[in-house]
Amino acid sequence: MLIAVISGFIFALVIPLIMGWLKPKSTIWAAILPLSIFGFFLSKLPLILAGETLKISYQWVPSIGVNLDLYLDGLSYLFVLLISGIGTLVFIYTSAYLKGHHYLDRFYGYLSMFMASMLGLVLSDNIYTLFIFWELTSISSFFLIGFNNDNPDSRKSAITALAVTGIGGLFLMAAMVGLGQITDVYQISALAPLAESIQSNSLYGWVLFFLFIAAFTKSAQFPFHFWLPGAMKAPTPVSTYLHSATMVKAGIYLLARFTPILGNHEWWNSTLIIVGAITMTYAAIHSLFRLDLKGILAYSTISALGILVFLIGLGTEEALLAASVFILVHALYKATLFLVTGIIDHETGTRDIRQLGGLNKVMLPVGIAAMLAAISNAGIPPSFGFVGKDLIYDATLGMGDIAWLLTGLAIFTNVALLFAGFLAGIKPFVGKLPEKFEKLHLPSPAMYIPPLLLGVLGIVFGLAPGLIEGSIIKPTVQAITGATPDFHLKLWHGFNLILLLSAITIGSGTTLYFLLKPSEGLLAKVTRFEKISPQSIITNLANGFVGFSRNWTKFFQNGYLRFYLITILSFLCILLGYRFFTGVELYIDTAKLTEVSFYEAIVIIIMATAIFFTVFSKSRLTAVASLGVVGYSFCMIFLFYSAPDLAMTQFSIDTLTVILFVLVLYNLPRYLVLPDNNDKIRDGLLALVFGALISVLTLEVMNESVTKEISEYYAKNAYILGKGKNVVNVILVDFRGFDTIVEITVLTIAAIGVFGLLKLHLKSTEKE
Amino acid sequence: MEILLVIIIGLLYAAGIYMMLRRSLVKLIIGLILLGNGANLLIFLLGKIVKGKPPIIGASEKMLGEIYADPVPQALILTAIVISFGLQAFAIILIKRAYKVVKTDDLDEMNATDEDL
Repeated sequence: MLIAVISGFIFALVIPLIMGWLKPKSTIWAAILPLSIFGFFLSKLPLILAGETLKISYQWVPSIGVNLDLYLDGLSYLFVLLISGIGTLVFIYTSAYLKGHHYLDRFYGYLSMFMASMLGLVLSDNIYTLFIFWELTSISSFFLIGFNNDNPDSRKSAITALAVTGIGGLFLMAAMVGLGQITDVYQISALAPLAESIQSNSLYGWVLFFLFIAAFTKSAQFPFHFWLPGAMKAPTPVSTYLHSATMVKAGIYLLARFTPILGNHEWWNSTLIIVGAITMTYAAIHSLFRLDLKGILAYSTISALGILVFLIGLGTEEALLAASVFILVHALYKATLFLVTGIIDHETGTRDIRQLGGLNKVMLPVGIAAMLAAISNAGIPPSFGFVGKDLIYDATLGMGDIAWLLTGLAIFTNVALLFAGFLAGIKPFVGKLPEKFEKLHLPSPAMYIPPLLLGVLGIVFGLAPGLIEGSIIKPTVQAITGATPDFHLKLWHGFNLILLLSAITIGSGTTLYFLLKPSEGLLAKVTRFEKISPQSIITNLANGFVGFSRNWTKFFQNGYLRFYLITILSFLCILLGYRFFTGVELYIDTAKLTEVSFYEAIVIIIMATAIFFTVFSKSRLTAVASLGVVGYSFCMIFLFYSAPDLAMTQFSIDTLTVILFVLVLYNLPRYLVLPDNNDKIRDGLLALVFGALISVLTLEVMNESVTKEISEYYAKNAYILGKGKNVVNVILVDFRGFDTIVEITVLTIAAIGVFGLLKLHLKSTEKE
Repeated sequence: MEILLVIIIGLLYAAGIYMMLRRSLVKLIIGLILLGNGANLLIFLLGKIVKGKPPIIGASEKMLGEIYADPVPQALILTAIVISFGLQAFAIILIKRAYKVVKTDDLDEMNATDEDL
């Protein structure tokens, strides 16, 4: 099972290499990977039929509870079959759809990386690995949406999707950490028995909140739904695979997985019902007015996801059964419709619903696939969709007081879904074939077989629900509810209320299809409301934040050296000054001071005068000469106070600096004369305050007692160990010899730099 | 004497900062040198100044006596002086070079990348 998960990642790494070397004509063989994974999981069917689960654990970081625990039960089984099954078809389809594309290898890489992450997500039993795989699906989705990376829209959609789902991922992390805090148990399968203690914990509300945000962002629930229509910029195989059949269902999976742990609580149920209901109706209304085939499908997908959240929110056994069935129903027909849309787009070059029609005449098999999907979507018997819709009505009708409200919403949504399905699945294929499409021909079988297969399955499962009842649906429901379910999937329930509701749905949906013709005007009416849609609000927020950071950066990083200095120094002054004012007792220990002799005083006066001249002289030569005087005064001070080496060094260095300065002085510009006195006063004040603070600081530090341990060590051992009598020299060349070598290196580098700059001849362009 | 030196240190810092805040390149370097000197003196002072007792072991002795100037700050300052010379030399040549290319001493006119030159 681990190999099944990991192989996708390895495949993603290897495939660009293989394709680079072999340059194969067809890439259909890539589908072997998902197919063999599908086969592997099918072989586990007896295990699932027997009601057992499969558990594998690999130690990863056991100290913080992160282990690679894999767990296969009914719920994950449904998902792994969907992922690998639809994955196989999408891989096959892609080989024709993107045939000859320059980055096809990359595409397969991303796709298999996604598949592996998705498998990991639904199989992982550890709350942290769940999070890791969750994030991996977001990341691979980002790459796939932005696959056409030379298209700015595509890039923008990819970033939006990544931002929304990525934020959701962080919330998931928070939820998982919260759960870990409450229980100290990191295995999801071990959490269910602790449900009561979790739900009575004060952190329960937070965990729930975080988990909901994660699920809602991933599964495109209102108000986070807006990334999904944008994600339709991706190539159609991606839309099929990620954005209708698998990834967007990750949020649903999360909710279903945590139903036995966090569910059956008032907060859980009401939040999910409300959010699900808003999403399904909101998106259903939107889907009515779209003109782009993929747009229609995107909104109807959101609507379907809303139904799923809604059903999980209802939380009854009927509702969870309906959800399980509907996941499968929806995956089958929506993937078909997407694949068909991809074919239409690929062959005709347009997805505008108004221009399409009569395609049955040129691509009949595609039309059949689309029609089967539309039937299943509409819930017309004998399709599997009919079974699914019956179960939904069954679930809403069992809700007591608010049953009629909920059923009404469900009917409305289903009518809109039916309309959308007819629009996408039937409208392009019937009616008159436009002239420009007459020369079209049937695409390669690799493209129309997958949707046809899925479409047929949608009918077969409807005719013989027994095929999947025991093997998939029952174990799934059992995994969600925890109880052994007792039901029987049937196509025909006899004449009853539910049948009547179904008939009403189909009838009004079909009427709507004939009455409502999609048009520019209707779309415009809807787009008018986009100003207040969650998307524009969040986009505005994001833009505002970008603007804010731009101004912030502009203010603090304006590129003027003075400004940086002033900022840093002012801050330092305020900090130091505050500390001196509040916490430090200022005093001077006069007893420790050394006396001032006459000649010392003179040196100090000379020095102060020289500093004054350096600063205020209008002539550069005077300033540099004064600088020299300052340096020589330093020599004197070093001499007076027992530092002959320093005096020597300072003397030679200072002489060199002054000489160097004077040498290049005539190549240097004259001082700028700037009339701005305000600046001078401001800078002078700041400089004086800073200088004063440094003085005070020095005085204070002098009061502190210093340990002389290191000095004493050197003083004692200079001769004994270093065989030298000048302690400073011994320190430099012996005790800290390596530092001196490095210092010499630095000087050498500086010398090379100086030499290079002097010898470098400017190119004529640089002289300009 | 310490008090006087402390005042000088403050003066050097103030002068250095003031020069660095001017818009002229040459002044920037002069400011840097002054600041460096101030820092050296600061380190020197913190090592406790002692008059007339250099840290040199007498001809007949094997280690220093009781009172001597602290050798560690001296070694530090020596390194600092030398390194700052490297920096200064490089900076002086660099501004000479920069001036040749951009023909300005005004720092405010130098805050662009070479594309805009």
